[in-house]
Amino acid sequence: MSQTITGADILIQALEREGVEVVFGVPGGAILKAYDSIFDSGIRHVLARHEQGAGHMASGYAHATGTTGVAFATSGPGATNLITPLADAYMDSIPVVAITAQVASASIGLDAFQEAHTWGISMPVTKHNYLVTDTSEISSTVHEAFHIAATGRPGPVLVDITKDALAGSIAWSGPSEIHLPGYKPSVKGHPKQVNAAIDMILASERPVLYAGGGIIRSEASEELRTFAEQQHLPVVTTLMARGAIPDSHELTLGMPGMHGSYTASTSMQKADLLIAVGARFDDRVTGDPQFFAPDARIIHVDVDPAEIGKIRTPDIPIVGDAKSVLTQLIDSGATALAHRPLPDRTPWFDQLAAWQRDYPLTYDQDPDGPIQQQYVIDELAKHSPPGTIVVAGVGQHQMWASQFWGFEEPKTWINSGGLGTMGYAVPAAIGAQQGRPDTMVLAIDGDGCFQMTFQELITAAVEGIPVKIAVMNNANLGMVRQWQRLFYNERYAGSELSATNPDVVMLAEAMGCAGFRAEHPDDVVPTIEKGLAVDDRPVVMEFVCDPDAMVFPMIKAGGSNDVIIMGPEDL
Amino acid sequence: MQHVISVTVENKPGVLARIASMFARRDFNIHSLAVGPTEDPTRSRITMVVDGPEMEQIVKQLYKLVHTIKVVEHTPGEAIEREIMLVRVNADTLRRGEILEAANIFEAKAVDVGASTITFEVVGEPARLADFLEIMRTYGIVAQVKSGRIALAKDIKSPARKQKKTA
Ligand SMILES: Cc1ncc(C[n+]2csc(CCOP(=O)(O)OP(=O)(O)O)c2C)c(N)n1
Repeated sequence: MSQTITGADILIQALEREGVEVVFGVPGGAILKAYDSIFDSGIRHVLARHEQGAGHMASGYAHATGTTGVAFATSGPGATNLITPLADAYMDSIPVVAITAQVASASIGLDAFQEAHTWGISMPVTKHNYLVTDTSEISSTVHEAFHIAATGRPGPVLVDITKDALAGSIAWSGPSEIHLPGYKPSVKGHPKQVNAAIDMILASERPVLYAGGGIIRSEASEELRTFAEQQHLPVVTTLMARGAIPDSHELTLGMPGMHGSYTASTSMQKADLLIAVGARFDDRVTGDPQFFAPDARIIHVDVDPAEIGKIRTPDIPIVGDAKSVLTQLIDSGATALAHRPLPDRTPWFDQLAAWQRDYPLTYDQDPDGPIQQQYVIDELAKHSPPGTIVVAGVGQHQMWASQFWGFEEPKTWINSGGLGTMGYAVPAAIGAQQGRPDTMVLAIDGDGCFQMTFQELITAAVEGIPVKIAVMNNANLGMVRQWQRLFYNERYAGSELSATNPDVVMLAEAMGCAGFRAEHPDDVVPTIEKGLAVDDRPVVMEFVCDPDAMVFPMIKAGGSNDVIIMGPEDL
Repeated sequence: MQHVISVTVENKPGVLARIASMFARRDFNIHSLAVGPTEDPTRSRITMVVDGPEMEQIVKQLYKLVHTIKVVEHTPGEAIEREIMLVRVNADTLRRGEILEAANIFEAKAVDVGASTITFEVVGEPARLADFLEIMRTYGIVAQVKSGRIALAKDIKSPARKQKKTA
């Protein structure tokens, strides 16, 4: 029996086979055939108002669910609008598959209407990408794309499909096998290296477990915690790993790096051993690598061999997936501990406790002064149900959210770490909420970031995706202002949003959301209570905040992590 | 320090663009590059001469590309290395004989003769090409083009090698 099927139907069936429930996108000429097929399918399409929004929605969805997010865009401008979210997902190792349409294959290279060289443009910001010009290759390509996006070190994969490949019909012989002879990510660590790591850990007096986003991606939180407890290791969680181990756990030191806690950063500087798992020695963590953790030997566990030795040469490299290697470490550790004691690390833990006591993260909320963002975050945390997913933009509010929110579970903190993409929060929160409908999703956004993607509020309202958004209105590009104040003689070039930012409450209402505003510290709690009580619409809560507040602790970009500015008095 | 590497890749469209893009993005330097089919039609082999101290990262980043199957860094002396070069040399009638004699020593073939120039084709180990250029420089080089190096690891089982080892 010979059946024929269009490329567009093959595409949608291939997505269904991958378990895709929702795609985020914007249609257009070249991709219309695929939209025509999705119309009859079981897959939900969320119409974003901008392809950047669609891309971040796919990424927020992937973050929150641990599965692969999918974005659709048409050729030319549709595809180029997806580049920022792809670059973002690439830096943070988020599994996203982007399906873009391309002009008909006969028109490629002729500067056809809405032609862009999407394959070439997206190459450096994707883990892998494809141009499909043949209907018969759609099925296997989609299958490969999902495989590559989600395995090994996850990342975005783009599949660009020509209009004629989507429209063409072929005799259908069912899905084909994938064939990737050059793609074989390691999973298990080398047992010899694992045992050597345990030996090194058991000889260490001042170890620190340096947990990165890889823990979240490989769902290794349980293993991380078990291992830390077994080996009695204090744990720092990077910006991408917040929530990998509960902040309330006694071994947790918080976030290290540029705006990390004093104890987390200093513990690494004074450590005799760093056990990095799923972390990549990012410059926001290390400062100048030359001065980073000078006395520490390094055990580096990563699924991506290229991360190992990229910044710092480890004493023990272990290539493997965080979850598998941690399991191996736990087993090897248990065997070793059966006939060897843990070293006495009391002096180290005493020292850490002293730093935590002497250099806590604090803020002052003057009852009559301007609102401090830390206070808002504190109150939001107190009023939000456990397990609330927090999504941030990029800037001061992001750093304060990471510092002051107590994260107790993995996948409850979603932010743009590697690329630092303003405009991330609103669409990523929508994607996260779509993926986790029973969990409260709260975006904490800056007024600058908010104005980059707030058009997606209407998407949330129309699609019935009830996110909560707190906009920290400090009338400035706050983080830029902070740098200008500290390093550019208070010359605030281009960083002032006008004092009459758009009226966020009116804007929310115009977009079908509920809007509330707090202008005085006394308004903060009532505003939060009102905002969190709404459950039939998305909610935007605006907090008019202190424009002059600065984020501390701070380590200068490219500086030594030994020099931590704790507040204005240290400047 | 220059390193010679052979990269076996899937013979897919755009593989070279991926490698070039990765080198540009990672700020690695390619000194020369030659691409061609292999004994297996589904594979291409790329021979690259790369500069710089970051060999470990270069190899790892090459492996990270989905289409890369194998990367071999050749140890000097353990690979057969060849390059082809065309050189056009100033050769007035007075010095022609002299030049042709020198070319003879290098087994350089005169492939084009003009009114005042001779163009040679030289095939061989990169060092030999360099030596030939050095000699020809005294006469004046008008134009020069090189193919980029190709390399193949020596067959460890070859009798010549065995003899060498026991000797
Ligand atoms: C797309 C993009 N453009 C520019 C920047 C540079 N940048 C980093 S933080 C920041 C200010 C963010 O302002 P706002 O959203 O108001 O947050 P705040 O720092 O005030 O909390 C800017 C402009 C960026 N990270 N991303």
